[in-house]
Amino acid sequence: MKYMYFPGCSLKSSGRLYEQSLMAVLNRMNFTIHEIENWNCCGATTYMSINENYAIEIASRNLALAERQGGDEIIVPCAACYMGLLKTQNYIATDEAIRTRVHRELAKTGLSGNLTIKVRHPLDLFVNIIGLDAIKQHVQAPLKGLKVASYYGCQLIRPFSTFDNVWDPQTLDMIVKVLGGESLYWPLKTRCCSGSMTSTMPNIGSRMNFVLLQNAKSRGADVIITACPLCQFNLECFQGKLSKQYREDVRMPVMYFTQLMGLAFGLSEKELGLNRMLSPALSHS
Amino acid sequence: MKSYSTEVLTRGLDIKLESNLDQDFGKKIAHNAHGEKLFGCIQCGNCSAACPLSVWMDYTPRKIIAMVRAGFKEEVLTNRTVWLCASCYQCTVECPKGIKITDVMYALKREAIVNKIYPKNFPVPILAKTFYNRVRRAGRVNETTLLINYYMRFNLVKMLSYATLGLKLFLNRRLSLFEKGIENKKGFKELLHPDVQN
Amino acid sequence: MTTNHEIRTGFYICHCGHNIAGVIDVMAVTEYAAKLPFVVVSRDYKYMCSDPGQELIQKDIKELNLNRIVVASCSPLLHEATFRAATAKAGLNQFFMQMVNIRENDSWVHEDKEMATLKAKDLVRAAIHRVAYHKALEKKKVPVNPDVLIVGGGISGITAALTLANAGKKVYLVEKDPTIGGYMAKFDKTFPTLDCAACILTPKMSAVKEHPNITLWSYSEVTKVDGYVGNYTVQVTRKPRYIIEDLCVGCLSCIDACIYKEGKFPSEFDVGLSKRKPVYIPFPQATPLVVVVDRDTCIYFKTGKCPQSCAKACDRNAFDFNQQPEVKEIQVGTVILSTGFKTFDATRAPYYGYGRYPNVFTSLEIERLVNASGPTEGHVLCKDGREPQNIGIIHCVGSRDEKTNKWCSRVCCMYSLKLAHLLKEHTGADIYNFYIDMRTPGKGYEEFYDKLLNEGVHFIRGRVAEVSDWAITHVEEGKLVIRVEDTMIGVVRRIPVDMVVLSVGMEPGDDAQELRRLFNISCSNEGFFLERHPKLAPVDTFTDGIFIAGACQGPKDIPDSVAQAGAAAAQALALIDTGYVELEPNTAFIVEELCSGCRVCVTMCPYKAISYDEEKHKASINEALCKGCGTCVAACGSGAIFQNLFDDEEILSEIKGVLVE
Repeated sequence: MKYMYFPGCSLKSSGRLYEQSLMAVLNRMNFTIHEIENWNCCGATTYMSINENYAIEIASRNLALAERQGGDEIIVPCAACYMGLLKTQNYIATDEAIRTRVHRELAKTGLSGNLTIKVRHPLDLFVNIIGLDAIKQHVQAPLKGLKVASYYGCQLIRPFSTFDNVWDPQTLDMIVKVLGGESLYWPLKTRCCSGSMTSTMPNIGSRMNFVLLQNAKSRGADVIITACPLCQFNLECFQGKLSKQYREDVRMPVMYFTQLMGLAFGLSEKELGLNRMLSPALSHS
Repeated sequence: MKSYSTEVLTRGLDIKLESNLDQDFGKKIAHNAHGEKLFGCIQCGNCSAACPLSVWMDYTPRKIIAMVRAGFKEEVLTNRTVWLCASCYQCTVECPKGIKITDVMYALKREAIVNKIYPKNFPVPILAKTFYNRVRRAGRVNETTLLINYYMRFNLVKMLSYATLGLKLFLNRRLSLFEKGIENKKGFKELLHPDVQN
Repeated sequence: MTTNHEIRTGFYICHCGHNIAGVIDVMAVTEYAAKLPFVVVSRDYKYMCSDPGQELIQKDIKELNLNRIVVASCSPLLHEATFRAATAKAGLNQFFMQMVNIRENDSWVHEDKEMATLKAKDLVRAAIHRVAYHKALEKKKVPVNPDVLIVGGGISGITAALTLANAGKKVYLVEKDPTIGGYMAKFDKTFPTLDCAACILTPKMSAVKEHPNITLWSYSEVTKVDGYVGNYTVQVTRKPRYIIEDLCVGCLSCIDACIYKEGKFPSEFDVGLSKRKPVYIPFPQATPLVVVVDRDTCIYFKTGKCPQSCAKACDRNAFDFNQQPEVKEIQVGTVILSTGFKTFDATRAPYYGYGRYPNVFTSLEIERLVNASGPTEGHVLCKDGREPQNIGIIHCVGSRDEKTNKWCSRVCCMYSLKLAHLLKEHTGADIYNFYIDMRTPGKGYEEFYDKLLNEGVHFIRGRVAEVSDWAITHVEEGKLVIRVEDTMIGVVRRIPVDMVVLSVGMEPGDDAQELRRLFNISCSNEGFFLERHPKLAPVDTFTDGIFIAGACQGPKDIPDSVAQAGAAAAQALALIDTGYVELEPNTAFIVEELCSGCRVCVTMCPYKAISYDEEKHKASINEALCKGCGTCVAACGSGAIFQNLFDDEEILSEIKGVLVE
């Protein structure tokens, strides 16, 4: 089984700690994933807003490249890329006109393929392929009842969730439990963080993120973990501004779930990039 | 033939005449959004209630569907609702009629771009177009250059409010100023066609 | 094969107004038919099914000595009976009449007039060739057993049972629960009159118990069904109550004496809201008033060690811990299925928080709570004992939803209004009803809605997106927040409530599939029993002699259930009072001498109509069960099976007729 890796634009810039921690954890577990050579931007939500055909074409290019490079599955950490690739596959499978067009356009650039390669999120990989037992075996520094609020966000589980429950997802919580932490229930765990609106519509972005931080913190969470680079960025980088704006201190650690896994595995803060965070550090061993 | 001074008769009134509607709008959008199910909308309002952004919209998602169905093209496209959609899909999974509302929003965004109708000075379509052009040029997006380009088009002054954040990120080596794009940018461009004009 | 006289065929083509004549050139077909073999007279008429049309045929039979008739018109499903009757009235055996469908099979499905006319000619020619080989057949009569089996003892079953029993028929009423009464027994008041449900139901339950013509078997299930209309053999298994029914007088001393001091197991009748002991009675007016010992929870059955204080307390020695299931076999002529429904499982709608938040209830649970004889004696309180200050009632849970059930459950709007009224009466709380459409179609229903509008209940038109405990104001702390768009006013609202009531929809019962297989009837896509015709035959099924009534046929309220029960009883009575059933003669039969005993036909028959005689090594077909599908005829390797109206000559001549030219 050859697992390809599609980072997406975010994981190479503001989300690079996600890639760093994911690789560190996979390394520890002796699991290899191969970055797709010459991958391009998946188009995210933007391309679909401008031209559907182009959106599908550029996403498909990555699928074709992965297939050509011998991949059986692609691991996609960014939730938007993950959803985008799944959506592309869904359109290609259900709409004949789109399917014909995509194959034709890709052929012009010398690419071909079924485009049906399995697209998998690392969360799915950890829980369903590698397995919770395997994860448990690598835990060297159990979290000792650390209260964790798992934030799933939107595009990871909607609308094409194949590996978790749409209304009450549990995969992050399962990992937290296996790492020795306490998984908190909080009702906003699948509520949108507003995506890019923290840049374009700051007043909207503020409120959307403030309520998430406040809800998690008021329920006693020690840390919020996420599975999407934009969610993590939004929750991490504006805490000071939000605390001042809403006159309530919502500063708290926000990290990628892979960073939490890495901590439980005993990896160093440097390896996981936890020394480069803008949100407070985890105040605990 | 009797002549009607329609303009005078309707001036200043909040009334919508059939002749001002685009009767094909509903079908067109339904087709572009891969689903005719939008005609089955029972106006239950679940989508608006589920949408975390509906409280900032003057036309909620439910209203947009009703207006699309009836042909209120002008109102829908000049309104900022479609651009406020964050594609979180909460509406789509909750709709009891199975309408893919998020896809309808995408179809409306595309329609707005094709018709060049936007709400005035609205930042979201500007970011969308900037993003599109950057990907077309380089195959990948570098967030730094993306945001700088965006603010240059939208409001340079606003960019200064993010300066502290930018600096902190830079110091933590989480910002890249340079990013290599993909190889064979030309072939990639062929996959996509003209730049989206402003 | 005809005997010694020549064949004289009359041909009649119907215009059917423009339905046929608008596409097919009927005059051309008439002329064409006149020249075909054996045709003595060829006529056309505007509406053959009318009286003058039928008289045409009858006159010709008498005056022209016709012995074969071919009518080219609409589908036999509509008028085959009409023309057969007309033929018979003129003194000719009705099976010498053959119909040709040139409407549904031709004029209604083609636009090319020339081709349609050619097709009509082909079809007519085929029929005329065929009818020459028809033989005289007689419809057999089988007697109908006057006894009736009714499965399901809810309001529908009870109504049907009383109607039939009052008409002098012997009725077996079989109910799987320990008591009859169904869902209606659980309700507090019924809409729109706000009659107390138990007050109007229990007299009927007593009447059932007392009626000399009704044999009530509660805690029993149907386990085997054999036979055909008028002659069903049904096996009913009576589950052991471990009480001798005739001895128990319902004094309930045994329950007091049980070694469990208090109830410990969720009560099925109270939908899990109260606890019962292993020896129990479902509710005080249970009929029959006989105690039940639940084998799964009784200590004696689980461990074998129990002083059996219940049995000791019984001064009638009614206990029998060795009681076995009793199998009863009965013969009945007709069956009425009134097995009811089940409510939608609210855990399938997790966005409403049922199961996660303690104060989210289903409507059925609230019915028990507001009931004065319910688990809380009519006090409606939150799970922590607080009195609710505001209550939200959410309509359409599990109905009108692609992801759960597509249909509208018909009763929920009305019962939600009723619950709003009762809850307001019992708690004085602020009540909110969240609906998509307000469906109040019955007699007095709209007026009931009007009454509620004036009682100060808040009505918000909007489908609730979520129920959560996320608070953004002080008022919302500790409450459940309902997020909804008020579509009428056009704004998103957050309503904090102490209690949420989910108006769950109606679904087919868990045992519906098993029952329909037992009785050999069909179900619709949704899983409810299928009626023969949605408009004109709502209580008949496609299996003769089996009728359906009540919610098992589809979601409905009590008045409609009672009406259907009466209708089903009437249909059963029609069969019983006629005394016999006429069977269509197009059945298959086996010529014993040719049968090789291979038994292939026995396994093939979908109606289990073929039996095998082990001693003679021959198969034989039960005419009454045979539906004439023809499978066995084709499958028989020895050519031993023949079918009336479809023997080789008839079929081959029809094929030849189509091909010739």
